[in-house]
Amino acid sequence: MSDRVIDVEGVSKSFGAKRVVDKLSLQVQRGEIFGFLGPNGSGKTTSIRMLCGLLTPDEGQGTCLGYDIRTQSAAIKSEVGYMTQRFSFYEDLSIRENLEFVASIYQLVNTREAVDAALQNLGLQDRQRQLAGALSGGWKQRMALAACLLHRPKLLLLDEPTAGVDPKARRDFWAELHRLAAEGITVLVSTHYMDEAERCTRLAYIAYGKLLVQGTPEELVAGSGLSNWTVTGNGLAELQNELAHTAAAEQVVPFGSSLHVSGTDGAALEHALQPYFARSGIRWERGDVRLEDVFIHLMRDTADAPP
Amino acid sequence: MNGFSWRRLRAMVRKEFVQVSRDRLTFAMMIGVPMIQLALFGFAINSDPKHLPTAVLGAEQTEFTRSLVAAVRASGYFDIRATPASADEAFELLHRGDVQFVIAIPPDFSQRLVRGETPAVLLEADASDPAATGNAVAALSVLTSGALRHDLKGVLAPQQAAAPFEWRIHRRYNPDGITQYNIVPGLMGVILTMTMIMMTALAMTRELERGTMENLLAMPLRPAEIMIGKILPYVLVGYVQVAVTLLGGHFIFGVPMVGSLWLLLACVLVFIVANLTVGITFSSLARNQTQAMQMSFFFFLPSILLSGFMFPYRGMPVWAQWLGELLPLTHFLRLVRGILLKGYGAGEAWPHLWPLLLFIIVVMTVGLQRFRRTLD
Ligand SMILES: Nc1ncnc2c1ncn2[C@@H]1O[C@H](COP(=O)(O)OP(=O)(O)O)[C@@H](O)[C@H]1O
Ligand SMILES: [Mg+2]
Repeated sequence: MSDRVIDVEGVSKSFGAKRVVDKLSLQVQRGEIFGFLGPNGSGKTTSIRMLCGLLTPDEGQGTCLGYDIRTQSAAIKSEVGYMTQRFSFYEDLSIRENLEFVASIYQLVNTREAVDAALQNLGLQDRQRQLAGALSGGWKQRMALAACLLHRPKLLLLDEPTAGVDPKARRDFWAELHRLAAEGITVLVSTHYMDEAERCTRLAYIAYGKLLVQGTPEELVAGSGLSNWTVTGNGLAELQNELAHTAAAEQVVPFGSSLHVSGTDGAALEHALQPYFARSGIRWERGDVRLEDVFIHLMRDTADAPP
Repeated sequence: MNGFSWRRLRAMVRKEFVQVSRDRLTFAMMIGVPMIQLALFGFAINSDPKHLPTAVLGAEQTEFTRSLVAAVRASGYFDIRATPASADEAFELLHRGDVQFVIAIPPDFSQRLVRGETPAVLLEADASDPAATGNAVAALSVLTSGALRHDLKGVLAPQQAAAPFEWRIHRRYNPDGITQYNIVPGLMGVILTMTMIMMTALAMTRELERGTMENLLAMPLRPAEIMIGKILPYVLVGYVQVAVTLLGGHFIFGVPMVGSLWLLLACVLVFIVANLTVGITFSSLARNQTQAMQMSFFFFLPSILLSGFMFPYRGMPVWAQWLGELLPLTHFLRLVRGILLKGYGAGEAWPHLWPLLLFIIVVMTVGLQRFRRTLD
């Protein structure tokens, strides 16, 4: 098998007349933590479902773990761990019962030991008798991850796994993902959170079903061509209003006690900001372009030109 | 590499079973529905209505006819409400439901009686509610020899025990002449149809609505494993209902148990599975629980109306009979009534059993084909 765990080309899916995923091409290498970003309704879930054989693409082809996504979905299912966006385990079964069910479906040789180990790994032993429906978001997410890992999958597909989970649980979850990646498991994770995007080894950004960019966080920042200025001081709210009418200042975003101003044309931006540089009480500085600026920039571009 | 697996099926069954046992509504339905239905239908049919409105049609006024009418009245079941002048008038009363019976004494009754000719007295019964007429008709039949004992003396005394006249009984509107015992066995079929289809129809759509279907489909489970795994626990539920109905029917209402219990339980199994395949097929067709419920009722109504439970099968028009033949309940009613009341053996049961088996095969095939392996 090649090192391309996921390799799809020109995959599309429509529901009725609506094209939800449009000619998606995606390559994911073994051991990567691949971030899948995009606004709500951009087709992330649909794409992931096509990767694991839950939906059949209308056109395009590709492989997942070397198996054809159109014809070999049974093989894909037994080697992939898929964590659905919505909690999809049985709320009227306990954690242990849910895990035992999953273990038997994957026909693990020693169900009890496998479940015990999974409970241990994710710190769920004390709660194993609780009904899944009674758990908080963070614990549900851990249980779901434990269930996805039971059959030792080679690829994890995680669909917004940390939505509605508190920051501490999120941090633990990501630590766990990095540990898994270090063991050689490939992870594809969709997310909304920028701090999570920054922890990915590679990223793809999708909007209105179209893949806009793909690369490492550094590549995306460099490729965006954005320049950034950071202002600190007094009267930033008024300054933000004034800059809203400046074409070259495409994004004016308050960030803590400062204002981030960025634009694609660095020279034009500097020229446009010239009048404000001398204003008293504020301090201007060239800033670093962050991933968030890149994505907001991408989102604005696509919002201006809807399909 | 991914054939049918008993282990996965077992896991499905176990999971389904735990869920059923934790679902109080299902439990309540399992025990409550048979009890309520038994009570409703059972006590309703157990009543022994007397003083039923009756019309006597007869031009003659002789001591014989007077004694006959007196004896009929004395049985307690008949209230003579009308003495219509013509047959047309009498049957109009019956048709409108003003009277339940018309007793028609022939014009030459006394003459023929004296000649020892054993004349026939016609009893026209509105048997559309068989529970109402059954006992009354039974009471009449024993009335022949005693009724005229005092009037027929000496040379007129009938030879030996031969009855001096006979009853000719016409059951109108209900040629089958269903007796009260027919209802409790039928009820078993109705209860099973209702609960089995509804529970399984909901079983799969519940997974869809709760989002757990996505997970099931993402795992290496085969459609047959999911379907059969969902069916099996409800077989047990069905047997609990059968036990409740049979025990209640037997000990409260004295329904006889003529045939073999084992044969009955075997036929019940086939019938339960037939219903479950319907439910599970609805379940994979419906997009949500409301649709699943609607489909269940859509199936339930003709089952009750056209199977011979509500209306006697032979009284239905031919097109309705053909529809009835397609319904599992029709065949099951014949089976269960045959076994319980007439003591059917396996040989006699077979003609009503194979249509059920055929039904299962056809529906299961359709269901498996319609089963969505993906979320498309
Ligand atoms: N089964 C479906 N039938 C019809 N429309 C769907 C279905 N699944 C998703 N969609 C639509 O496709 C679009 C993309 O959805 P989704 O892939 O869930 O996006 P995301 O996960 O990025 O939020 C949405 O507009 C959604 O309404
Ligand atoms: Mg989604």
